[in-house]
Amino acid sequence: MPKPTAETPIRVLIAKPGLDGHDRGAKVVARALRDAGMEVIYAGLRQTPEEIVESAIEEDVDLIGLSCLSGAHMALFPRVLKLLKARKVRDVPVFAGGIIPDDDAKRLRRIGIRAVFGPGTSLEEIVRTARGIARRPS
Amino acid sequence: MTAARPLPAAARALLRGDRRALARLISQVERGDPAVGPVLRALHARTGRARVIGITGPLGVGKSSVLNILLAHLREKGHRVAVVAVDPSSPFSGGSVLGDRIRIERDPADAGVFIRSMASRGRSGGVSAATRETVRLLDAAGFDVILVETVGSGQVDVEIRDIASTNVVVLVPHLGDEVQSLKAGLFEIADVFAVNKSDLPGAEAAEKDLSELVSLGAPRDGWRPVVVRTSARERTGVAELWTAIEAHEAFLDAEPGRRAAAERGRVAKEIVGLVQARLARETSERLAQSEDDARLLDDVVGRRIDPRSAADRIYEDHRKPARRARRK
Ligand code: B12
Ligand SMILES: Nc1nc2c(ncn2[C@@H]2O[C@H](COP(=O)(O)OP(=O)(O)OP(=O)(O)O)[C@@H](O)[C@H]2O)c(=O)[nH]1
Ligand SMILES: [Mg+2]
Repeated sequence: MPKPTAETPIRVLIAKPGLDGHDRGAKVVARALRDAGMEVIYAGLRQTPEEIVESAIEEDVDLIGLSCLSGAHMALFPRVLKLLKARKVRDVPVFAGGIIPDDDAKRLRRIGIRAVFGPGTSLEEIVRTARGIARRPS
Repeated sequence: MTAARPLPAAARALLRGDRRALARLISQVERGDPAVGPVLRALHARTGRARVIGITGPLGVGKSSVLNILLAHLREKGHRVAVVAVDPSSPFSGGSVLGDRIRIERDPADAGVFIRSMASRGRSGGVSAATRETVRLLDAAGFDVILVETVGSGQVDVEIRDIASTNVVVLVPHLGDEVQSLKAGLFEIADVFAVNKSDLPGAEAAEKDLSELVSLGAPRDGWRPVVVRTSARERTGVAELWTAIEAHEAFLDAEPGRRAAAERGRVAKEIVGLVQARLARETSERLAQSEDDARLLDDVVGRRIDPRSAADRIYEDHRKPARRARRK
């Protein structure tokens, strides 16, 4: 049933790479994006970067959100970006959140993570950012 | 009749095993992008090989978990397996959290698996249209078993019968009252019952009760549902489950024309749905755009004509240009 493209919900993958078990933040963000009308594929805990990238491809998402509170973000996030590049996924932006020191956040943004959010970020800001950076159907 | 035309580029990519192309085509189907039409048309002749298995049942009974152990079992047997997992869209925001993937373990490098989550997107009949065409794309892409998990809505989703050739209804022990209230729907669609969570007490009794209910009922189209016990947690019963599914598939092939008759019924519904959708869309567009039709609405509001007569007029009108176009 052809629907105008503008009404098609944004599809977002929310995943937690690594062994980090803190999933509250990821769930809160997933729910906020859903309430903003997006389709959130919640991949859950303990995802390898390989799994995250394969899920993003199969689900054809418009945005990838990574959450990490364990401190392993500098090992995991760049690996996701690298794998995306290797699979020739160039049009799907990545944003992230969790416990990420400012310096790390800066470096992550430099290598291509579009936005990094820490504790206490308002959900409105996260939703606004998601809308702003998500790929639009071509 | 149909001359062989070169395949559209996207169709060629799909046949080559390009997973991104497949994923993008599914998105096009979901959003109703007309660009996917020629691809589906070109690929239709290459579909029909896959076994499409529906997995349905009440909320939280373990559909995704059972699907997970079935997926592993089928991979071991060498099948290429695709999964379509449907979850509900929120009626308020239109958004959705699709969580079935959490339960599914797989090797991300294994090209013999493809998993897609899908929101119901609240359009009437839309799920089945998008789901069905997604299944076709996966079939054409060479997945020979396609597992479709439907919305666990507290009641059984009967629409899956219009898509899958074998349907598994997953239940859990101590679902007594629920089974009673679901009965009609359950028996209308179940080819196989899986009593899951059989690691919990009461599974044996539940299986017995269910088997009794099954043996009391008349077989539907010559088939009596098979009841198996599974535990996704302990990974037991999966071989029995697949054997039961295969038995039903073999039953469909046991008599010439049986499978085709079933598919014919599904195709008839699909075509009615497609025609309906197109008429509905074109009618809405007309009512919004054409001045004549705007006047017709005013006439109904002003009680100069009744809605049925207005509909008749639009319908008759609609048929004319179509006929003219065909003659050209
Ligand atoms: C609750 C909590 C727990 C709970 C987790 C429950 C759960 N299921 O999530 C429990 C008790 C289990 C726990 C355990 C541990 N914890 Co703890 N925990 C916390 C605590 C107090 C709050 C985290 C939380 O839930 N916040 C609420 C949510 C909503 O906020 P959030 O996750 O930050 O998310 C927000 C933003 O960061 C952002 N965001 C987050 N993810 C994403 C993703 C995207 C895409 C986007 C856009 C935004 C975004 O948006 C959200 C909304 O603003 C933090 C301290 C803190 N103040 O952060 C420590 C903390 C994270 N824990 C910590 C530690 C060390 C542990 C343990 C290792 C402790 C131990 N020694 O056992 C274990 C490890 C558990 C494990 N398996 O990984 C440390 C981590 C230190 C570090 N990174 O260097 C912290 C920082 C405490 C500290 N100050 O030391 N913990
Ligand atoms: N004890 C036990 N628990 C199980 C079993 N299978 C699934 N579960 C649990 O039941 C819960 C729901 O499992 P899912 O597989 O998500 O169920 P579902 O039917 O797909 O759920 P929805 O898609 O939300 O309707 C999870 O907590 C599982 O761990 C089982 O065989 N035994
Ligand atoms: Mg499920």
